[in-house]
Amino acid sequence: MSAASLLAADSMWELFARAVSLRDYNTRVVLAGTTMLGVSGGLVGTFLILRKRALAADVVSHAALPGIALAFLLAERFAPGSGRSTGVLLLGAFVTGLLGMAMTLAIRSWTRIKDDAALAIVLGLFFGVGTALFTVVQKTKTGNAAGLRDFVFGKTASLVAADVWLIGGISVVVIVLCGGVFKELSLLCFDEEFAAARGYRTTMLDGLLTLMAVTVTLIGLQSVGLLLVVALLLIPPTAARFWTNDLKIMSGLAAVIGGVSCAGGVVLSAAFPRLAAGAVIVLTGSGLFLVSLVFGKERGLFPRWRSQRQFEQRIGRSDLLRACYELLEPILGADETTQESLTKFEIDELELSGMRQWPTGRFHGLVATAVREDLLVATSTGGYQLTLRGAEEARDAVRRHRLWEIYLLTQTDLDPRLVDRGADGIEHVLDPDQLAELERRLGSESPLGVPPSPHPIAGVSLN
Amino acid sequence: MNSFLSPLHTWTLLDTWVVVIGALSAMACALPGCFLLLRKQSLMGDAISHTSLLGVVAAFFVSHWLVEAKVISPATELSVRHVTMCVGAIVVGVMSAWLTESLQKLGNVESSAALGVVFTSLFALGLLLIRAFADNVHIDLDCVLYGEIVTAPLETVGDSGIPRAVLVNGVVLAINLLLTVLLFKELRLSAFDPALATTMGIPAHLMHYGLMGLTAMTLVAAFESVGSILVIAMLIIPPATAYLLTDRLPRMIVLSLLIAVLSAALGHVSALTLPLLISRSIGIADVQDASSAGMMAAAAGFLFVMAMLLGPKYGLVVRVWHRLLLKLRIAGEDVLGRLYRFEESAPADVSSTAERAAWLRTLTTHSWHSRFATWLLIRRGWLIGSGSDVHLTDIGREAARTLVRSHRLWESFLAKHFVLGEGRFHESAEQVEHFLDPELLAELDHDLDRPGVDPHGRAIPN
Repeated sequence: MSAASLLAADSMWELFARAVSLRDYNTRVVLAGTTMLGVSGGLVGTFLILRKRALAADVVSHAALPGIALAFLLAERFAPGSGRSTGVLLLGAFVTGLLGMAMTLAIRSWTRIKDDAALAIVLGLFFGVGTALFTVVQKTKTGNAAGLRDFVFGKTASLVAADVWLIGGISVVVIVLCGGVFKELSLLCFDEEFAAARGYRTTMLDGLLTLMAVTVTLIGLQSVGLLLVVALLLIPPTAARFWTNDLKIMSGLAAVIGGVSCAGGVVLSAAFPRLAAGAVIVLTGSGLFLVSLVFGKERGLFPRWRSQRQFEQRIGRSDLLRACYELLEPILGADETTQESLTKFEIDELELSGMRQWPTGRFHGLVATAVREDLLVATSTGGYQLTLRGAEEARDAVRRHRLWEIYLLTQTDLDPRLVDRGADGIEHVLDPDQLAELERRLGSESPLGVPPSPHPIAGVSLN
Repeated sequence: MNSFLSPLHTWTLLDTWVVVIGALSAMACALPGCFLLLRKQSLMGDAISHTSLLGVVAAFFVSHWLVEAKVISPATELSVRHVTMCVGAIVVGVMSAWLTESLQKLGNVESSAALGVVFTSLFALGLLLIRAFADNVHIDLDCVLYGEIVTAPLETVGDSGIPRAVLVNGVVLAINLLLTVLLFKELRLSAFDPALATTMGIPAHLMHYGLMGLTAMTLVAAFESVGSILVIAMLIIPPATAYLLTDRLPRMIVLSLLIAVLSAALGHVSALTLPLLISRSIGIADVQDASSAGMMAAAAGFLFVMAMLLGPKYGLVVRVWHRLLLKLRIAGEDVLGRLYRFEESAPADVSSTAERAAWLRTLTTHSWHSRFATWLLIRRGWLIGSGSDVHLTDIGREAARTLVRSHRLWESFLAKHFVLGEGRFHESAEQVEHFLDPELLAELDHDLDRPGVDPHGRAIPN
């Protein structure tokens, strides 16, 4: 390795270390302010998502463009030199952003055009006007539009402290406001009519939510850029939704995810200045989203797949044990199927597999699992015997099945040939309380005993 | 006036080409846009226009890599790149549609949220790749966003003098037109009634992803010349404008094409003229022109707003006007009805009592539309007099009689068929009297066996 490249690597490492250890004052300020922005985005986004209006933020951000250009032009006209002030530009953005929202509402309620098209129309129109005005800005003498361009793509890492204080300050206000009306907003999202009946002014609440969304979108423009700022409000709550069904936890989690993705984005883009900060922030959020999609406790793919599998295994196990019982029952006689006697007889593998339409692979898998879980033991002659635990579970499975069958027979007009299939689905989801209730209703004489089958039992060959 | 139109005096062949390129790409976009609009997937086009950036970047990598690996010569890289860009955009476009659908199904994510997550993530990835490998990838982000419609005519094909952008967008437009005509029945059915389309054997998935792929191809072809702004706008705004003007799909498609052309022309003209106007009125230095692509989008938006306001059937003005006319008719008929009833109860010789005058005054002046309706009736010759001192003329009495007849027949009808309190007959008849036509009146008369009096015991006039 040449000396030059060593030197380059060294300075890159130096840069990285500086960024990660937050040695620069500016980096620290940017980190704090942008994190606040992420938190407020996650919070407000939660309610926006629940009201299915997340993409409205995209329209607001695009609609802000003409406002920024106009504010610059007007400010330069009346007070030359003030056009680059963040406050002035944001004010312009605020006006046209709200105008864009109002226009979507007007299109939606006054014409037969649907919601999605209304958003697309306003977005295209305002963005077009915005770019046209931007070229005008660029061609004025003072209008080196470099500062304005950052609104389109964002420039997190190079934000100046004064701007960040503004962004952070407004974010904190939004966060506090959101916390203050949390209860009212939740009610608005879940049951608008109920909220209205309780005396809340839903129109005002809705307006407040819109106002907060517009505010967060606009202060996010400089960090993330108008093309991507919608992600601040959209990705964190969508990711949080995979973890919980509780709104409080969800909004808290969304705030954390928003904060973390913004903080991560700032640090990464400070360490690698070539990476566009806005894009890094969004992609950090996307990464957290992917993790949530896969592992989220409540709706994540992996937990759902696992609980589905566990449920299927439980069903398979109880079907197998019931088959064992029903195979042994005629040998023992209906009154002699005690736990001990069930363990005494050997079960032939072929006969067992004939009790139900199991695919061969699944049957062998079930038997292997049952042996591993100490429900069945293999005998030296190639058959199986129930263990004490297996016998207990087998009796329980049969009891559930038959109780439901008898219930169906006595309480409904179902054809006796159909009750077996009806019970097959229900037996696995009956809880102990329901079983006790069934026994009570059917006047069973021996609680916890196994009632006789109400229909002849046959293997699949006879069905 | 003359001065603000002055830029148009220097209109050149270049300007004509700009309009032609804008019109061709706008028309190409409007075709898939019509179906996106009807399928309620307008935002999908918007999303694809963002995500295809990733496809474009990938295409740059591929063509660059092909040169590095000496598979193609640097000279042919550009033409290869156009093909890979197209393929890349289609792949990414279809992929974003597929990802959105999967998120919706697998993760139970609401559709607009799923769309948002997918398009922001993919677009961010595209942006990141451009910045990270800026040494190898020469993509001007401004160019992708804003396009280079003004310089696009300069790059011509061979010696023909025809700009390459005209050829590219023309070919895409031709493909879109051909597919729209060939698959018209299938597209229409799957847009309006997806369930029926599926039962008739039209593969819904193929139509969905086919449309997405076609949209992506159209977008990426138009990007280069006009930029993504115009593309986003042209995809939905002209079809939406046409949708406000007609109820027939073929007419809507043709209209959207016309609107696309009109927007392009109007947009370029205003890009040349408006900035001068704006900059002069604000008082800053003269600005010669603005982004034509942006102004074309703005012009399309302007046409949309015009259609929204002035459309013949769904326009706001027309709807407000119809409502006004109805209001006036009802107010006028109410005045006629009251006058008739007054004549009926009071003999003509005592008709000018103070009581009558006071009573009429409240009737004809209690709102602006009843005042106006009274004035209209006097002008029409159904009433004579002025202000609140009005009397029925013979024609007016005829009209009033029909109205009172409607009122009392309806009351009798309600009394015969429904068990309602006495007061309720009148309330209902007060509303229905304005909407009963002669045929219905004859039906009522027949049903009630030509009754002489209404439930209150008053004579039903003939």
